[in-house]
Amino acid sequence: MTAQPIARPTAATRPDTDRPLVQVDGLARYFDVSKPFLNRLFEGDKRQILKAVDGVSFEIPRGQTFSLVGESGCGKSTIARTVVGLYPPSRGKVMFEGAEISALTTRRAMLPYRNRIQMIFQDPYASLNPRWRVRDIIAEPLTAHHNVTDTGAIDRRVGELLSLVNLSPKDGAKFPHEFSGGQRQRISIARALASQPDFLVCDEPTSALDVSVQAQILNLMKDLQTQFGLTYLFISHNLQVVYHVSDRVGVMYLGRLVEWSDKKTLFTHPRHPYTRMLLDTIPDLDMTGRERQPVAGEVPNPINPPSGCPFHPRCPHAEDRCRAELPTAKPSPEGSMVACHAVEEGRLPAEPRQVAPAVATA
Amino acid sequence: MADPLLSVRNLRIEFPTRRGTLVAVDDISFDIHQGEVLGVVGESGAGKSLTGTSIIGLLEPPGRIAGGEIRLEGERIDTLSYEKMRRIRGKKIGAIFQDPLTSLNPLYTVGRQLVETIQTHTDMTPTKARERAVELLHEVGIPAADRRIDSYPHQFSGGMRQRVVIALALCANPKLIIADEPTTALDVSIQAQILALIKKLCREHGTAVMLVTHDMGVIAETAHRVAVMYAGRIAELGPVRDVIKHPKHPYTVGLMGSIPSIGHDLERLAQIQGSMPRLTDIPPGCAYNPRCPKVFDRCFVDRPDPIDLGDHLAACWLYDRADAGLGSERTPEAMTA
Amino acid sequence: MTVQDTAPDIGDSHPTVDPSAVRQGGRSWWQRALDSDIFYSYRRSPITIIASIVTLAFFVGAVFAPWIAPYDPFNPASLNLMDGLVPPMSESMFTGNYFFLGTDQQGRDIFSAILFGSRISLLVAFSAVLLSMVLGVTLGLVAGYVGGWVDSLIMRIADIQLSFPGILVALLIFGVARAVLPRDMQDDMAIYVLILAIGLSFWVQYARTVRGSTMVEKSKEYVQAARLIGLPTWVIMFRHVLPNVMGPVLVIATISLALAIISEATLSFLGVGVPPTQPSLGTLIRIGNDFLFSGEWWMTLFPGIALVMLALSVNLLGDWLRDALNPKLR
Repeated sequence: MTAQPIARPTAATRPDTDRPLVQVDGLARYFDVSKPFLNRLFEGDKRQILKAVDGVSFEIPRGQTFSLVGESGCGKSTIARTVVGLYPPSRGKVMFEGAEISALTTRRAMLPYRNRIQMIFQDPYASLNPRWRVRDIIAEPLTAHHNVTDTGAIDRRVGELLSLVNLSPKDGAKFPHEFSGGQRQRISIARALASQPDFLVCDEPTSALDVSVQAQILNLMKDLQTQFGLTYLFISHNLQVVYHVSDRVGVMYLGRLVEWSDKKTLFTHPRHPYTRMLLDTIPDLDMTGRERQPVAGEVPNPINPPSGCPFHPRCPHAEDRCRAELPTAKPSPEGSMVACHAVEEGRLPAEPRQVAPAVATA
Repeated sequence: MADPLLSVRNLRIEFPTRRGTLVAVDDISFDIHQGEVLGVVGESGAGKSLTGTSIIGLLEPPGRIAGGEIRLEGERIDTLSYEKMRRIRGKKIGAIFQDPLTSLNPLYTVGRQLVETIQTHTDMTPTKARERAVELLHEVGIPAADRRIDSYPHQFSGGMRQRVVIALALCANPKLIIADEPTTALDVSIQAQILALIKKLCREHGTAVMLVTHDMGVIAETAHRVAVMYAGRIAELGPVRDVIKHPKHPYTVGLMGSIPSIGHDLERLAQIQGSMPRLTDIPPGCAYNPRCPKVFDRCFVDRPDPIDLGDHLAACWLYDRADAGLGSERTPEAMTA
Repeated sequence: MTVQDTAPDIGDSHPTVDPSAVRQGGRSWWQRALDSDIFYSYRRSPITIIASIVTLAFFVGAVFAPWIAPYDPFNPASLNLMDGLVPPMSESMFTGNYFFLGTDQQGRDIFSAILFGSRISLLVAFSAVLLSMVLGVTLGLVAGYVGGWVDSLIMRIADIQLSFPGILVALLIFGVARAVLPRDMQDDMAIYVLILAIGLSFWVQYARTVRGSTMVEKSKEYVQAARLIGLPTWVIMFRHVLPNVMGPVLVIATISLALAIISEATLSFLGVGVPPTQPSLGTLIRIGNDFLFSGEWWMTLFPGIALVMLALSVNLLGDWLRDALNPKLR
């Protein structure tokens, strides 16, 4: 990195490194998806509540990456938006450096944390205002609260940020539509970094990109993490990407975390039947001839989730207890946390996976 | 080898615009044999979907086929009138698109759409056609097909809807199915189910499939051969195992290297610098030259045509035997050392 | 096979940063305008070019009426009753003055009256459109962005107003103003009342359109990014959302400019618009109408043609703008 480094303390020099930077405790977020009042009155429908996230807890240590993985509708994006404060939680709390930021309900009360928590979005075509020049987009976090007013200083900083994400400072004068998807995602990252955040929430940052560009963005994110000691909450449905970027991984199903642990344990000793199913769906690029056993069924409608364990209709190991009682997370012998009756009762033997295949390319 | 079912020769697709003519697909040739799954993989804008839509004759104006020919069972189909092409589409060529919702009419029951399609292409009685529709739904794995047949598309989930679309494509027992990103909009577990279904159909009916996707994993699972497209041209074409394990074209090498894989603990992924050029500024010579780590002077001047390397084609000057004087130093092994 | 360049990706190609660079390299607004698809579609549409020339001619004529008009039609001192009811393209039998489009019964030159009349018509129409646009866009933006009961309230008011014809709403406002204002102020205030009446009867269309596109834009990620910066709601609404919902607003504004010109003419024709001492196109037509059956057809025909040409060309411009801004028709 030959561009001028941006002065800021690194993770190592900060005080209070023992406590996790981010703690999420019993987080729940419900959405009222009922029809309008008059329709309910005349049609006799009940109120319908979508429990998008229900009782999720995790911690992210400073400088690490925690990933949430799951299929669409499992609530992972809702968690991302609740953690950054775009939605207030229905229950539970979000703590940042020990402060309960989810209790800060007004915009002004939240302002001190706004600079420090930022987000990278999924769709690079929707996350940049099409009518603004790139320079103004990136400068907005600097100028929004009149903390920087000197135009020269702003331009210099925008130039630095653009170089940091490997774009040219000259790109500042252009409009978003003049860039490709990958370049737009870089601009989005530059904007997120402008206020020198500690914590970045990344909601499927590469799923709209082509593979070769995805690699560039993932590398950039890793480099920035090393350089600035950033902490990431990474949301993805792509297990390969999650394996590549994460320190710890949580698997979500219908608004709940079903299994979480460090990356190695989760991928080599998956315990929960859903985690195993997800691992089975990874395409076999190494052409080992492994016949995949597609799992039957689909994710049920989250408005009417199944009783007991939400996974039981698709689970080959489901018993009466699974249909009646919601499992709570218990530690497994390998150190992961698993919410499954079958695992708890020892009905589901360990099934280590070989995840380090022979070298893929010649 | 028997005559190919589909043969595409020197296909060129152009888009006239006010800033000049854009060449979206530039001189590509390939064959698909009976019962074969040909994967077509590439980044967005590489021209893979356009190739598919031009084969089924649904290229949207102002796009037009500006050169080359497409033959199905030896008969030219790119010059047919819309009406004649409509009869071939459905009867001989079926199509599956990315978004199952847009392929189905939301106002009609699934059964009605199936029966209508069956009756268009065969002379079955309504009762017979309905029986056939139930049979098809059953075949694509829709449980309780005899009851679900009278449901509307919105009453099905995403994965089930895609199964209905596949049933619709199968109505007239087509010889060839063009599947354009059939699993991209679906969850991973459903994706596996749909791919297994496509493979099963191929095996049991001898249907050929052209599988267009951006996902190398889908190709590895499903295809027999793969064509890697870049900026409107085929960069590499060969048996899927060969291409994935021993990629020849530097673009394929880069593409394979940039896929993160579980078990490989890498600090950084191998990456291809830059991005694919827009159609408006494709560089002279090889279109990949600005990003290629092995580029040399000839790549800036001449556009490489696919070069035969046994059962594997690669459009790259590295493999040009005629380029003798320098050739020995530029064998792939020497380059990768 | 590790052939890729795995060198660090960061910043290696830009060792130093020139702060002025972030403002250079882009094209200026007129370069972009000349190269834009909209200008291209303008150049390719002869009807639009003609319509814009006609509209421009009216504007120039209206703005510079005092300098262009051969006579001052509203200065009683310069009027000569001897010049009354001269047919078009002829000279007065008594004074020898030439009148291109003839005169009325008081000896006013019709051509000059049309120039001054379109001045009033355009002023009223423009101000009314501006008023309804500001009102409608603001209310639509608030309704779409804030949602909830605010949205319900604004949109129900809009629904109620839509159930009356626009001209009826304008007449109602006019009637109320008549009752409230003292009699001697009524003529002076007529223009402002007219602007208010037409403006208030047109806001609904803006509000509905803007509300719809605001709800679409609101869910986009750039708005969420702005919320994450901690910007106040009104800043997000006006700086981020507003520029992205203005496209359809411009189209409505152009088309409703034509409607406003016609509404003004209708109201003036009905006798509730501007007073005859300051006639607009509508007033001129009304005055001329009384003479239609006594053979002085030019008094009503020429202002009528002027009104149709103006409204038609503005409308054609609006139609073109709608198509040019619609990506599906490009």
